[in-house]
Amino acid sequence: MAKSVLVDLTRCIGCRGCQAACKEWNERKARETTLTGVYTNPPALSSDCYTRINFVEQNSSGAPVWSFVKNQCMHCKEPACASACPVGALFKTEAGPVAYDFDKCIGCRYCMMACPFQIPKYEWESASPWVQKCTFCSERMKDDLVPACIKTCPTGTMFYGETKEVEAEAKKRMASAPGRYVNHVYGLEEAGGTSWIYLSKVPFEELGFNMNVPKAALPDLTYASLSKIPASVAGFVAALSAIAYFRNRGSKED
Amino acid sequence: MTQEKRNPSLFSGGTLLLLLLMALGGVVTLYRMAKGLGAATNLSDEYPWGLWVAVDVLTGVALAAGGFAIAAAVYIFNMKKYKPVAKPAILTAFIGYLIVIVGLVIDIGKPASFWHPLVMWQGHSVMFEVVWCITLYTTVLALEFAPDLLDRIGMAGLAKVLRQKVILYPLVIAGITLSYLHQSSLGAFFLITPHKLHGLWYTPLLPQLFYLSAIAVGLAMVSFESIMSSRAFNRAYETDILKGLAKGTWITLVIYLVVRLVDLLAQGKVGLIFTGGTASLLFLLEMVGGVILPIFLLATRSAENVSSILWAQVLVIAGVILNRFNVNFLTQSGHGGSYFPSAMEMAITVGIIALGLFLYRAAVAYLPIFSQAEE
Repeated sequence: MAKSVLVDLTRCIGCRGCQAACKEWNERKARETTLTGVYTNPPALSSDCYTRINFVEQNSSGAPVWSFVKNQCMHCKEPACASACPVGALFKTEAGPVAYDFDKCIGCRYCMMACPFQIPKYEWESASPWVQKCTFCSERMKDDLVPACIKTCPTGTMFYGETKEVEAEAKKRMASAPGRYVNHVYGLEEAGGTSWIYLSKVPFEELGFNMNVPKAALPDLTYASLSKIPASVAGFVAALSAIAYFRNRGSKED
Repeated sequence: MTQEKRNPSLFSGGTLLLLLLMALGGVVTLYRMAKGLGAATNLSDEYPWGLWVAVDVLTGVALAAGGFAIAAAVYIFNMKKYKPVAKPAILTAFIGYLIVIVGLVIDIGKPASFWHPLVMWQGHSVMFEVVWCITLYTTVLALEFAPDLLDRIGMAGLAKVLRQKVILYPLVIAGITLSYLHQSSLGAFFLITPHKLHGLWYTPLLPQLFYLSAIAVGLAMVSFESIMSSRAFNRAYETDILKGLAKGTWITLVIYLVVRLVDLLAQGKVGLIFTGGTASLLFLLEMVGGVILPIFLLATRSAENVSSILWAQVLVIAGVILNRFNVNFLTQSGHGGSYFPSAMEMAITVGIIALGLFLYRAAVAYLPIFSQAEE
């Protein structure tokens, strides 16, 4: 059974405990950052940062209003990165996580191009680099442990469970508190559905969520082309053989 | 054999320059291998595919399409008129694919793992398919090219076997089929990014458009090569062939133009052409400069004149290069960040191109590549 997570943004207080727990569990080194005038730190996900809280400041009748948005891999149900990978280094596991086999990766970076959420990051500074992204703590999951970020969250922002349960919880919360959330569960349909889904009071487009991500599963788009290969090969070989035969009849030259 | 007299010497000032550029590219490649992509390139998480993918792979493969297009004309359609350009076209394609592979191995993060896709299969990946097709097609080209080399090294018997119709025709048919698969798949790479690539370029027909433009630019490259080698070796222009190639190019371009415009109409995207932004300007430059103007130059009486053919075909080449750059970089331009290739990226690309030119010169100097034209 696949695990999913509901991130209820109305519950997040921006403590960044998840950020720290993630870094610690995954043994990612800290990078020095500089003050840029916003509270979001680090400024972007990277090969050393699988998750971070985006601090979005908005003004409501003169007073600042904060939204805290947790970013990490969405763990698509049908991941574009996995379908793009030529060696199957990235793959969707039955337990939910989109996992990565370090030994297979050749570093073509097509996964980075393909991901609709700009999640896979590269170890540019290394001479033998790997792709890095949130693992959904698949190793912890194997031991029936809760992912590190969820374990450490003091406000229960993340509801973790079986996919069906999690999606039902999102709908239940929306139904039981009309007006508390915008009428959209981000991730329920995006990219064909993701294992991490979001509820928010503030419209998602104002919180940095990409609203242009197609609702359909992306791997279907390339597979539509690839699945025609056997027919193309048969057609080409038959047509070329026929043309070559008829055009070269009686011809003595090679 | 008077071949030695006819063939130009390998050693000249030009070759020396090529060797110098290759040496520079080689040194920078060593640095890139030792220090990694971050140290040598301006690639980033926002721009993971840079100059090397755009030039060494996307453009390089397209420019080498003359090999299958001419092989189809000569062997499948029995258009013997083009036989004199078949050897140079197949040689160019072979060298083109060799340097594409060099570029690919330098570009991937783990060059030592380049062979993984050959044993770790993932049939839903376009990249997997492209790697396989490039590997197989390079083998086909090597076998098509091998007889001339085998003759030269005194293995005429084996050369004769490879020239047998029963070997040659299946090779040619395999080459044309493999070319269709991967030339179109270079466009299929971008099918998975419908919300990233600009609407003027994104279409489910990307694979077909990449294939059509590859045929046009392949013929353009063969023309360019024929004119340049006529000039270099002081031979008469192959006027009849050039006119035929010009016709092939403009007909392909007309089909390309119609498919692209009808597709934009059908998708209701024509308005995007006139928004005046960078993308619409790039689109107009690509279509007017690289497609419409060459059609006009090649389909009218101006095509009687070799230098006008040359200019038109150079425009076609520039147009396809621009197209591949647009598709690659516009897919990545929407996520912040910026990209301009580093000096080291450019040095390696220049070095790889120099390697291709050097191999071409070496082949022309030592093998009977152009001799058929004079027989």
